[in-house]
Amino acid sequence: MIEGLNPALILIIGALLVPLFPQPWRRVYVIALPLLSMLQLALHPFGSFADVALYGMTLETFRLDGLSFVFALIFHIAAVLGVIYAIHDDDPIHPTAGLVYAGAAIGAALAGDLLTLFIYWELTAASSVFLIWASRTESAFKAGMRYLLIQVGSGVILLAGLVMHYSATGSLAFNEMDLATIGGKLVFLAFGIKCAFPFLHNWLQDSYPEATASGTVLLSAFTTKLAVYALARGYAGTDMLIWIGAIMTAFPIFYAVIENDLRRVLAYSLNNQLGFMVVAVGIGTPLALNGAAAHAFCHILYKALLFMSMGAVLLRTGTCKGSELGGLYKSMPFTTVCCIIGAASISAFPLFSGFVSKSMIVSAVAGEQLMLIWLMLIFASAGVFHHSGIKIPYFAFFAHDSGIRCEEAPMSMRVAMGITAALCIGIGVFPGALYAILPYPVDYVPYTVAHVITQLQLLMYSALAFTVMMLWKVYPPELKSVNLDTDWLYRRGAPAVLAPINRFAGQINSGIQNSIGAMAIGTTGAFSRLLGPGARYSRSVELATMVFFVVGALLVFSVLYIF
Amino acid sequence: MQEQKDENTWFDKPANIKKIIVALCVVCGLLMIADLFYHKHPYFAVEKLFGFYAFYGFIMCVLLVLAAKVMRVWLMRDEDYYD
Repeated sequence: MIEGLNPALILIIGALLVPLFPQPWRRVYVIALPLLSMLQLALHPFGSFADVALYGMTLETFRLDGLSFVFALIFHIAAVLGVIYAIHDDDPIHPTAGLVYAGAAIGAALAGDLLTLFIYWELTAASSVFLIWASRTESAFKAGMRYLLIQVGSGVILLAGLVMHYSATGSLAFNEMDLATIGGKLVFLAFGIKCAFPFLHNWLQDSYPEATASGTVLLSAFTTKLAVYALARGYAGTDMLIWIGAIMTAFPIFYAVIENDLRRVLAYSLNNQLGFMVVAVGIGTPLALNGAAAHAFCHILYKALLFMSMGAVLLRTGTCKGSELGGLYKSMPFTTVCCIIGAASISAFPLFSGFVSKSMIVSAVAGEQLMLIWLMLIFASAGVFHHSGIKIPYFAFFAHDSGIRCEEAPMSMRVAMGITAALCIGIGVFPGALYAILPYPVDYVPYTVAHVITQLQLLMYSALAFTVMMLWKVYPPELKSVNLDTDWLYRRGAPAVLAPINRFAGQINSGIQNSIGAMAIGTTGAFSRLLGPGARYSRSVELATMVFFVVGALLVFSVLYIF
Repeated sequence: MQEQKDENTWFDKPANIKKIIVALCVVCGLLMIADLFYHKHPYFAVEKLFGFYAFYGFIMCVLLVLAAKVMRVWLMRDEDYYD
């Protein structure tokens, strides 16, 4: 451990060296690097380090406390699992971009001031887009461009907000922010875009399913949870977040039921899980904030596990569409089991990780007597089981046999899935280890008879509803389709409105260009008469004449200068 | 390759699927009965209703799916809509 050395810098600088390593060594290096950085984090004492003075401002580039530690730790774990998952792939883009991205997210979580946060915030955008482009398809390229525009846009809004905040308060420190000021509102909006608030959410479902199999695993871990961290740091206890979060838990599950691309289903359920964390941040009590941090921790693991299992399916079958899959448990039994463990965790089955973290949030909501919010969260809990818990494993691995016979996932993917699955169960069975690293002291018992029975009732009757609807053929079949979401506004709506304007502007533009062109031809004609070959001003003159002119000009200048 | 073996997997037999469904129904029944035998410490009055979580979970899931089916009417487009 080197005191004051930011683990984010180890990752980012180290990641840039990845392409220099030849192949057997690169595999060792990309796993050793995040482990080394994690060791630096784990052994480092809490406090504020590496202050930098810049134009009279103080940048607190490395702040380690209870809240930032949990997020920095889980980001490291996700980075290690993400590189192990992709170790079979020789493409250096994945570990390089992935580790820079992880480092940027960690740097942002450890940033003690808004300017440092902004720099890492933009670096997460700029590095992560390569994980989308690494698919090397035209649709991935376009989705990556849309993703980049929105992510960088969020950073620009953050920059505007922090400038206003600085001019109003004279401080760049990133602590509790004031939502009443314009600067505070802009920073909130920037966080909201990255956190995929309702109507600002669709970049997530648009881009994540376009990334490579291993790229999505990393993408699912960092960006949105960094935003949850930033909200918890700056806006804990903001009432508005309770409603924003509750809506986030509820509306994506409707989309998830009818979505055909199973990685997009997971992107919708990611959005739904973020909602739980946002509600908890909005409540802002120690129990709720512990719940938000714990849920982010568990969520990163089980969501990564689910994306890993779908990534393995994508690698082996070439598709993630529910309409084309089915019966894969015969070919990929290990992946099937891991997917079911991830599904049980996200559904918050007792003894799986989601149970010990989500119940904290639901208890915090109930403790505040917010009945409507509580009913929405219970509904969302049943709903997430319905689409992530049942639909994903059912349509990919069971349902009707698609006839696809393929190999089991490669060893690297199986190792990563195995470790992640073990962590999901481990946290569910021994929640004490997770509770011990939460930002506030934990006085919470997840396993009470009432909790376990009510949760099982909720889940098993949801399963019963699914079964009944499948048997009666009410359940909507998986169809080759896309569903309109808010991305329609900028992919179809805006172009449709702007096209006529664009055409009109184009006509004006060409009119102007034509007249300028005519003028230009006239002007160049005049110039060429004066300056063209053999014209008066392009004839060569003798040196003496030239000196005469220069001396004359100097003389005129000195005379003018004196008077 | 493996086709011969595949035809005989456990999940391919309708009788086994029926067993799973029966097991699910038995579990659901037991959970409903369990509602009588533990001490509730509810935050809200609705939690005191018999089998509240079970009924709420079932009904809301059915409504969720029916609402999502209706959404398809307006929202569903061809797969290559944006291409």
